[in-house]
Amino acid sequence: MGVDKKGFFGDFGGAFIPEMLFPNVEELQKNYLGIINSSQFIKELSVLLRDYAGRPSPLYFASRLSNHYKTRIFLKREDLNHTGSHKINNTLGQILLAKKLGKTRIIAETGAGQHGVATATVCALFGLECVVFMGEKDMKRQKPNVERMKMLGAKVIAATCGSKTLKDATNEAIRDWISNPGNTYYLIGSVVGPHPYPDMVAKFQSVISKEIKQQLKEKTGNENPDYVLACVGGGSNAMGAFYHFIDKPKSKKKKKVNLIGVEAAGKGINSGFSAATTALGTEGIIHGSKTILMQNSDGQITEPHSISAGLDYPGIGPQHAHLFKTKRAIYPSVTDNEALKAAFLLAKLEGIIPALESAHALAYLEKLYAKEKETVVVCLSGRGDKDMETFLAMMDK
Amino acid sequence: MNSIKELFLSKKKNLLSIYFTAGFPQINSTCKILDELIKNGVDLVEIGIPFSDPLADGPSIQKSSEIALKNGMNLSFLFEQLIQYRKKSIQKKNQIPLILMGYFNPVLQFGIEKFCEKCNEAGISGTIIPDLPFDEYNKHYWKLFNKSGLKNIFLITPQTSEDRIKEIDKVSEGFIYAVSSASTTGNFLKIKDDTNSYFEKLNSMKLKNPVMVGFGIFNRETFQKACRFANGAIIGTAFINSLRTNKTLKSDIKQFVEKIR
Ligand SMILES: Cc1ncc(COP(=O)(O)O)c(C=O)c1O
Repeated sequence: MGVDKKGFFGDFGGAFIPEMLFPNVEELQKNYLGIINSSQFIKELSVLLRDYAGRPSPLYFASRLSNHYKTRIFLKREDLNHTGSHKINNTLGQILLAKKLGKTRIIAETGAGQHGVATATVCALFGLECVVFMGEKDMKRQKPNVERMKMLGAKVIAATCGSKTLKDATNEAIRDWISNPGNTYYLIGSVVGPHPYPDMVAKFQSVISKEIKQQLKEKTGNENPDYVLACVGGGSNAMGAFYHFIDKPKSKKKKKVNLIGVEAAGKGINSGFSAATTALGTEGIIHGSKTILMQNSDGQITEPHSISAGLDYPGIGPQHAHLFKTKRAIYPSVTDNEALKAAFLLAKLEGIIPALESAHALAYLEKLYAKEKETVVVCLSGRGDKDMETFLAMMDK
Repeated sequence: MNSIKELFLSKKKNLLSIYFTAGFPQINSTCKILDELIKNGVDLVEIGIPFSDPLADGPSIQKSSEIALKNGMNLSFLFEQLIQYRKKSIQKKNQIPLILMGYFNPVLQFGIEKFCEKCNEAGISGTIIPDLPFDEYNKHYWKLFNKSGLKNIFLITPQTSEDRIKEIDKVSEGFIYAVSSASTTGNFLKIKDDTNSYFEKLNSMKLKNPVMVGFGIFNRETFQKACRFANGAIIGTAFINSLRTNKTLKSDIKQFVEKIR
């Protein structure tokens, strides 16, 4: 199920980049495994993850939510990490890599602003210049994160083209990288982009499923749950939560784990305002990678819609496209309203306000119909502080 | 013989190539622009296939693509226009090599095989697909392009290693597209910058293919500078910026070419 030498997961992946990016991407392709597998790197990263990010994140048995859905639900609390989401796992890894490559300027794209904040944070920590591209629309709807990035010393540049969201922010980041090939490192926030990013980001996020296994074993005696649920924007928290469950168990007695990536249906799959990539998409190329994306028959990329800025993206990572095509994982979707309802339910039953992105994974519990004895792990990828304005508007209604 | 090859055999210096986005400023501008460019003595034309997410382009070409898409331009319609145009121009005997330039995804969705066949039918001599990497092309698509007599043109940049330039030169036919500086399109060259060493390096490598310099060329001075080192230069953004409306195309283009040459 891993990536091949050319950066493909089955039919998907690769590096479809203009020649201007070739030296930078090649440098990464040649060096990333050597660096991130070195014992010194592993040690440095694990110390940072523990002492700076606060890992391991708890695996919390949500008893009231379990009661509500008549099953056993565990929440993987990525919302409790420093900066408030899973994004810090990846930015700590990549900033160490950028340092080893001698880069001095860091650029990133962000949707919800969580990746932007996590990038600004690690740049402050390592004393590196940081520029974050963010869609103009997202700067408005995730304003608190824009302010956090600024306080952390990052420069935030508005992407004003197209849908003014994550896709456009990514375009601008790539254009910046083309224009600054020497000193600049592009710190991508999800399992998207040209090889080696999808594989590298998945490896940095795989700590999520590594911990789930250990924690579940301690709590239930069985390291494998029946289901893993996670939301999918580009797919990094989902890939991290799936990673160590993808290969089927060797022993026949053990069941395989059902992997469920929940996409954003927006106002409904057929409403014309949706970001449900696997439901609406076809194979093609976006941001340097062959994958599944929303596009018209001319190959023009569709402007997506989701209430959640982090899921408002017309593609998915190539490894997800592969898991989808080979049917190893399924990718249902939930609407804006279903996600909002799930966020309020979690707040009421468990005293946890989730990020709107993570609320999509929670909303799928309504449709899962898991049995009473079954175990469900939901990746709670982030906290909802950034979404308070959207939640408040809902309460006023 | 392929008309790009023919062109470089007959003319070695000061070649002017113009890029424009098909369907801009209006959907029916494509053939008018072609006509005027040929009348004004341009040597080579690159017709841009508009794309929603042009990663290597700056604001001007982005905008022109956006407008072209709004106007309804797509590959099928562009081929219709070009096939019609070819029928007329064969009678008029005014032909110069035409190159299609565009991002890979629209071509992929159209179908590579069909794309090559249509190019052939429309008299297209070459293609530039910036995000179709060299290795991928050689492995999967070379044969199809070759069957339709298409020369796929590759880019090199100041950051491209000498080994890679040699490799690209070895399999290239037509010409090599030397991107002038690390930049997206539309970032106009400063005449006193340090691109000289890059151009001199290219010169000293004695490549078998002709070299055309593109990106950042926008006036006579930068055009002439590029021509000192290469066989010619490509102008895109500055040309697109000079087009005011569909009605003024004739005079806009005449003036523009006169200012360069
Ligand atoms: C809390 C949270 N969850 C999920 C996502 C979606 O990204 P991915 O699919 O890469 O996990 C984001 C992106 O901004 C996010 O902030």
